[in-house]
Amino acid sequence: MSVFQQIFSAEFVAMWLRVATPLLFASLGAVICEKSGVVNLGLEGIMLCSALAGVIGSAYTNSLFGGFACGIAMGLILSAVFAYFHLVMKANSVLCGTAINTFASGFTVFVLEICTGEKGNSSSLKSFSFGTVDIPLIKDIPVIGEILSGHNVLTYAAFIMVGVIWYMLYRTPLGLRIRADGENENAINSVGISVNRTRFIAILLCGVMTSIGGMYLSMGYLNMFVRDMVAGRGFISLAANAMGQCSPVGTMCSALIFAFFDGLSNILQLLRIPSEFVQMVPYAATIAGLVIYAIQKTESEKRKRRQMGRKVLENA
Amino acid sequence: MNTKSINRLIDSMKLLIVVVIACLLVSVIILCVSNEPGNAISSFFLGPFTSLRRIGNILEGAVPLIFTALAVTLIFRAGQFSMISEGSFFIGITGAMMVGIALPLPSVVHPIVALLTAGIFGAIAAAIPAFLKLKWQASEVVTSIMLNYIIQFFALYLVNYHFREPEASSLASLKIAESAELPVIVSGTKVHLGLLIALLCCVLLWFYIFKTRQGFRIRLVGDNPNFSSYVGIKSALVMVGAQILAGFVAGLGGGVEFLGMYTRFKWTSSPGYGWTGIAVALLARRNPILVPFAAIFIAYLEVGSGIMARSSDVSAEVVDIIQGVIMLMIAADALLQGWKQRLIVKNATEGGRA
Repeated sequence: MSVFQQIFSAEFVAMWLRVATPLLFASLGAVICEKSGVVNLGLEGIMLCSALAGVIGSAYTNSLFGGFACGIAMGLILSAVFAYFHLVMKANSVLCGTAINTFASGFTVFVLEICTGEKGNSSSLKSFSFGTVDIPLIKDIPVIGEILSGHNVLTYAAFIMVGVIWYMLYRTPLGLRIRADGENENAINSVGISVNRTRFIAILLCGVMTSIGGMYLSMGYLNMFVRDMVAGRGFISLAANAMGQCSPVGTMCSALIFAFFDGLSNILQLLRIPSEFVQMVPYAATIAGLVIYAIQKTESEKRKRRQMGRKVLENA
Repeated sequence: MNTKSINRLIDSMKLLIVVVIACLLVSVIILCVSNEPGNAISSFFLGPFTSLRRIGNILEGAVPLIFTALAVTLIFRAGQFSMISEGSFFIGITGAMMVGIALPLPSVVHPIVALLTAGIFGAIAAAIPAFLKLKWQASEVVTSIMLNYIIQFFALYLVNYHFREPEASSLASLKIAESAELPVIVSGTKVHLGLLIALLCCVLLWFYIFKTRQGFRIRLVGDNPNFSSYVGIKSALVMVGAQILAGFVAGLGGGVEFLGMYTRFKWTSSPGYGWTGIAVALLARRNPILVPFAAIFIAYLEVGSGIMARSSDVSAEVVDIIQGVIMLMIAADALLQGWKQRLIVKNATEGGRA
């Protein structure tokens, strides 16, 4: 019973928003990439590297902004490598992404050991974190204040970015080009716009979003970098993007659904279930979500085909 | 020179470039971070050859990679991008452990039953993303990766709650029966019968992919699923079949690795051979007969990095960095394509003149 009480508490909702933040950033990045027709499997590795770069950058420059800049730069470099190999060297995107992830898992531990002498976490580094924001007026309202106020600044940024990305994709020339890239590259070629250049920009934008998501993990959610701390969130973000049909708002909804189960696994740890099963929950929920979405999509396609058939028969 | 030999020339040049760049990169990284670079570089490159035991280490290290690379080869040949070989390998380890601990069997039968169980477990794991794709077009890339995490926790649960050594302070399973262990074949090393099983699998799969009808179907489906559907091949079923067989091979590899190298299950997370297997399969150009050579090369790098980490101030993770770079470069189809184009054109125009 206590689990239900906990789910319906304001703390749970607040935690839900916290765990949703990295997923939201990365899946919005995935939206931009996928709209331009590129599947970026490297999200996982970019998040991991940026999480580390942010911590180390802030520790060495002694400023939050320095860390933020380092994290973004890391994301941009890795995205540029991905984009160069995928677009110019014609490497398969799944292989490219996997290569980035393999590189990232080794590179982060390697650099972590050079900087701290440890392979596990960065607790010995004095790094900075993004602060929390109390919204005036709202924070004094009993339940709503507890839910909406006092979050990390990046959590608010993530939800604002949903609108920004939507505006960018649907109301700006760049967004139009990115969408046209994904839907019909011949059309965009025929009006004299370089497909590869647009995709390159889309991949870089995706890299920026993803690296902010990664930095939130090590400079907001926790206050240090921990080895392999991304733990599949990059892949879950890809799933959220697939389930949200590549639209910013839909993706936000599915990211929130996946984050709910992530948060749920935090609460279930209090129960007497083997912890291994609790740890499975976010991943199992992702598979379930993808499958339910796929079933519903194939069913609706079947229905459409049946209706078309009926129409043809009526006309004949 | 005909087109075939031009292709072969370009492919071997590409391999050479990748290997040279990989080695150069290792040296550059070491030069940048080490206080004693000479020592580190020599222990990385020459260390693996300094004793029979270390050469044995290379071969032992190659065995699991051969299996996962074969699985990846099969999956990629069928045009799929399931990453399940990691999960299949881990659940294969678990299956072999369960049989090794729980079933009392005579010595020759025991490993055979354990390995078959491992393979079947792996096949079942690989079947899940394959069927989800067959039935509802759910992307196998993401579902297989998620499944890898689930399998990892499930295996840890089995060990922790059902096969745990009660006296051990850290997570370790009970000891497997001696009758289940695979015998060592080279004395003075830990090289075990698994190496021969791995090589046998390479030959069998080479024959299967290149010399049988089903193998031809797999290649055809992988190259062009629409075409193969038009000529009457059930593309979807061929893809699923290839993935299940790949899962069996990866699971078998898990069983072989466990029974050959370990007496207890001590992993706390999935060991990552499936991901490394992708690099190996790409290096071997998705050809089973070349897989052992690629696996030995990667295992050589891993043994070298281990020796270097012990004898100098550079950590062993350098090998993961290199693997990522190797994968990127091998996957780059456009690398050297300009040269190939020129060779073919030159060849064709000369042929016209003659």
